[in-house]
Amino acid sequence: MKRPGGRRTGAWADRAFGWAACGAAITTLGLLLAILASLVVGAWPAIERYGLGFMASTVWDPVTNEYGGLVMIYGTIATSLIALVIAVPVSFGIALFLTELSPAWLKRPLGTAIELLAAVPSIVYGMWGLLVFGPILATWVQQPLQALLGGVPFLGALVSGPPVGIGILSAGIILAIMIIPFIAAVMRDVFEVTPPMLKESAYALGSTTWEVVSRVVLPYTKAGVIGGIMLGLGRALGETMAVTFVIGNFNQLDSLSLFQPANSITSALANEFAEAASGLHQAALIYLGLVLFFITFVVLALSKLLLMRLRKGEGARA
Amino acid sequence: MNGTGTGARLIARSDAALQRERRYAARKRVNQVALALSLGAMAFGVFWLLWILWETVNLGVAGLAWSTLVEMTPPPNEAGGLANAIYGSFLMVAAATLIATPIGILAGVYLAEYDPQGWLGSSTRFVNDILLSAPSIVIGLFIYAVVVARFRQFSGWAGALALALIVIPVVIRTTENMLLLVPAGLREAAYALGAPKWKVITLITLRAARAGVVTGVLLAVARISGETAPLLFTALNNQFWTSDMGEPMASLPVTIFKFAMSPYENWQQLAWAAVFLITAAVLGLNILARLLTRNRT
Repeated sequence: MKRPGGRRTGAWADRAFGWAACGAAITTLGLLLAILASLVVGAWPAIERYGLGFMASTVWDPVTNEYGGLVMIYGTIATSLIALVIAVPVSFGIALFLTELSPAWLKRPLGTAIELLAAVPSIVYGMWGLLVFGPILATWVQQPLQALLGGVPFLGALVSGPPVGIGILSAGIILAIMIIPFIAAVMRDVFEVTPPMLKESAYALGSTTWEVVSRVVLPYTKAGVIGGIMLGLGRALGETMAVTFVIGNFNQLDSLSLFQPANSITSALANEFAEAASGLHQAALIYLGLVLFFITFVVLALSKLLLMRLRKGEGARA
Repeated sequence: MNGTGTGARLIARSDAALQRERRYAARKRVNQVALALSLGAMAFGVFWLLWILWETVNLGVAGLAWSTLVEMTPPPNEAGGLANAIYGSFLMVAAATLIATPIGILAGVYLAEYDPQGWLGSSTRFVNDILLSAPSIVIGLFIYAVVVARFRQFSGWAGALALALIVIPVVIRTTENMLLLVPAGLREAAYALGAPKWKVITLITLRAARAGVVTGVLLAVARISGETAPLLFTALNNQFWTSDMGEPMASLPVTIFKFAMSPYENWQQLAWAAVFLITAAVLGLNILARLLTRNRT
């Protein structure tokens, strides 16, 4: 090959490579728009017919072709909140253990174990929840709770319903087990970037370990911790398989009960979409998907904002 | 006068000391409780991991036999295996990886090398984060709308595309991060020798970041091997062996979903075997990815 020719190909290849890279970036950008556009187009019949009132109606009846999404939206949010209530303190405890308490030789294996727990596919959690955990929950937790709280006014309503180990509570617990590793891993990472100088100063003033963590480390890493929690929340909201197995797929919302079989956006999609006749039923399901996409987007945007504030302020980095 | 003053002061001081001691004891107790709770939380987390793994191995190995690997998914209450589901999963995951890896790496290169600060770079990065956290079932809806509904056919390709859309953001993120770790000196040295940009990137920086990028791809493969939601209404399912990706295609996760929810004994047993296979594959890929990055540092 002649040199000048080689050089010219070089310049040409350079430009082509740059374009390819730029094209890939634009493709990614376009993907989001395409997803949004296709969801809106697909959901249009339902949007046109119900408008925003869709999200306030509890009727979901393919037979009479009437649809409202409140039951599913409620199920999605309720299960995710239960998951957060359980997962946040536990993850905090795990992160605290891994950064402050654990002997050095245990740190790595335990950290790896938690990260592996995050890698287990969600369908495994779902199946385990349905066939192993559900029955145990029913016998050892739900039935005693019902016996204990049956007559109490508000709490009694929470625990009414069939104690079969399927419903909002079980879905929330399975989700919690699923997101604990995510939140714990983020918390551990941000705890670890706290400057040792700060911690040691507090120890030198006579603080106990708990005081160092709660008054020095936690305030310093606040935004990162919240970002991690939001990450877990986003995960819980969008999770399909772990929820579908145990939530019961029941499209009614007639009590506050946590034991009651219910439905979530993701499990409604998983169970009904492939069989839905095209038309309003399908459009309503896609509308639900759009709502879910919007909710996770808001959660992500909030956590991004927090992380941005953290980078600006003098706090830690995630 | 003086004596009583000293005495009072002594008493006051010992009072204060006593109080301080009491407060210190209380703080210590709070500390102990907190640490005990933390220990409990750790035990709680590990407990679930062990329990889930134990059940998976226990019930999974029981359902595993040679026929599981070579026979097709059976009708209820008949003997059979998972061969077509394993093969379908393999085909779709491989196709998704082949489609997504080049796009992801190129876009990651763009973010790290061409436009780290500009508007296109920043907005792509932001969009990528949204895609990364998008519910996978919504990705399935998207592919249904643009592929399945258009061609009026559930197909292996649709499933592979849905999986590819999950891989792309993961690969972009890791590629970008890994490229940013490459020291600027390497790049400058290559430029100083007169190398054009594309050669610098392909021969120097990408090569330096190879282990990290491969790790990212492996983790993404691990993630999609267990994904069920995006396949439910793209690839659907198939009871038979097929290599034709234009047809509905079985996959392990969807088979698990169908079999585990069924009341049939043999289906449930096969579902456990499938869960065992998937968990083993996913954890294996994760450990492999970990080893890769550890050797590097």
